Amino acid sequence: MTASAPVGNALDAPGALVGGAQTAHVVGPPLWLLLELTYRCPLHCVFCYNPTDFANTGPELTTADWIRVLREARALGAVQLGLSGGEPLARDDLEEIVGEAHRLGFYINLITSGIGMTEARIKALKAAGLDHIQLSFQDSTREMNDFLSSTRTFELKVKVAQLIRAHDYPMVLNVVLHRLNIDHVEEILVMAERMGAQYVELANTQYYGWAWLNRDQLLPSRAQLQRAETATRRFRERVGAAMQIYFVVPDYFETRPKACMSGLGSVFLAIAPDGTALPCHAARMLPGLEFPNVRATDIGAIWYESQAFNRFRGDAWMKEPCRSCPEKAKDFGGCRCQAYLLTGDADNADPVCDLSPHHELVTAAVARAERVAGAREQVLTFRDHRVSIPVVIEEKRT
Amino acid sequence: MSDALNDIPLTARPAIARGMRLQWEPAQEAHVLLYPEGMVKLNGSAGQIMSRCDGVRTITDIVADLERTYNQSGLTADVVAFVALAVQRHWLEARP
Repeated sequence: MTASAPVGNALDAPGALVGGAQTAHVVGPPLWLLLELTYRCPLHCVFCYNPTDFANTGPELTTADWIRVLREARALGAVQLGLSGGEPLARDDLEEIVGEAHRLGFYINLITSGIGMTEARIKALKAAGLDHIQLSFQDSTREMNDFLSSTRTFELKVKVAQLIRAHDYPMVLNVVLHRLNIDHVEEILVMAERMGAQYVELANTQYYGWAWLNRDQLLPSRAQLQRAETATRRFRERVGAAMQIYFVVPDYFETRPKACMSGLGSVFLAIAPDGTALPCHAARMLPGLEFPNVRATDIGAIWYESQAFNRFRGDAWMKEPCRSCPEKAKDFGGCRCQAYLLTGDADNADPVCDLSPHHELVTAAVARAERVAGAREQVLTFRDHRVSIPVVIEEKRT
Repeated sequence: MSDALNDIPLTARPAIARGMRLQWEPAQEAHVLLYPEGMVKLNGSAGQIMSRCDGVRTITDIVADLERTYNQSGLTADVVAFVALAVQRHWLEARP
């Protein structure tokens, strides 16, 4: 990871937090705070990582609640702030939250689809001290963007990209890749170039939430992945330093797991719209964890004392092959959510690792996705607040 | 310290790159450089150099200030090498 990598709204490890990694015995501060301000979102993306039962979550925190969270976290040493959702622009107090975060000294990154951004709002956000905007696109064409998000939003996003440039923010695009758009990587990059993007993250879907539900329809084939990487390389050679492109490979094609969140409870603290504190935005699915809520517990107690945040600290929880693995200090056993979804046990090694006795679950999923890709009919489930779908682990999938 | 050093003239006025922010963090007792979803914790001398990169002062000015502040001499090569590295990593922009 380079210094300027705009890591996306997917579940990438915050490996860029130099100096943030902890040893097993020292718990450092929650350097990186992510506020998922709302689950409301005008889009219905099939690859959204939000929980598929988000419709059941309680009422959103108030402005005063969020501001208290900011103050408590900052006092502990939090410095990096992500504002996400859902669509954070759906909160009409976003400017107020940004203003307070800026006064407190946070570096503030808005992760947005752009829907709801206007000239007036971007001016107000800039004045309030917003540092950075990361705009998501679903594809290079109106048709595919609108299909994949189940909305008519393409033209609007193009306008927001212009607003971002006009207000002197770096133009940072994030495009989530999967089987249905990965063959358009070249067109996506050309679109990004036309928009004057300085940074483009081509982030392959990670399979949590709605994406997990749609995994067999979204996993690309190995051949698609290779073509996309070749196209990206060619484009990089042509544009040189004018545009920085980050290509995040889907971890199902890897043989070692990602160092997810640099280990749970290491640097990252996410607060869900209803105030639930999570060691990772996807962690809500993990059984046996008692997630505290900021309405009842202060951030210091949540971070340092709660069961949920201590459960996966250090390596005492690990099973073999992680426990005796020399790489455990590097990848922390991978992703707990992926271990749970695929093997049914969050303490197992992330089965992306080819040392995992469950690695064949990953290769089987890749093979199955290739078969499904050849099928005539494919069913996609679009993110929808009107339905609530429980999490189903791999062995219970049909 | 070869090509990169030659690329940065002493008259350049380095500034914190757009989209980044440098600040002192009491909790870490260090200058940190912040950017989207990431952070670089700087060591003491890197922090002292970067906190002087305001886009107004030239490298010569910065060296002079550091040498005066810390009562040292011969810091030019170190400062130029650090600025070159920081430009390469997009932490700094070297403005002419």
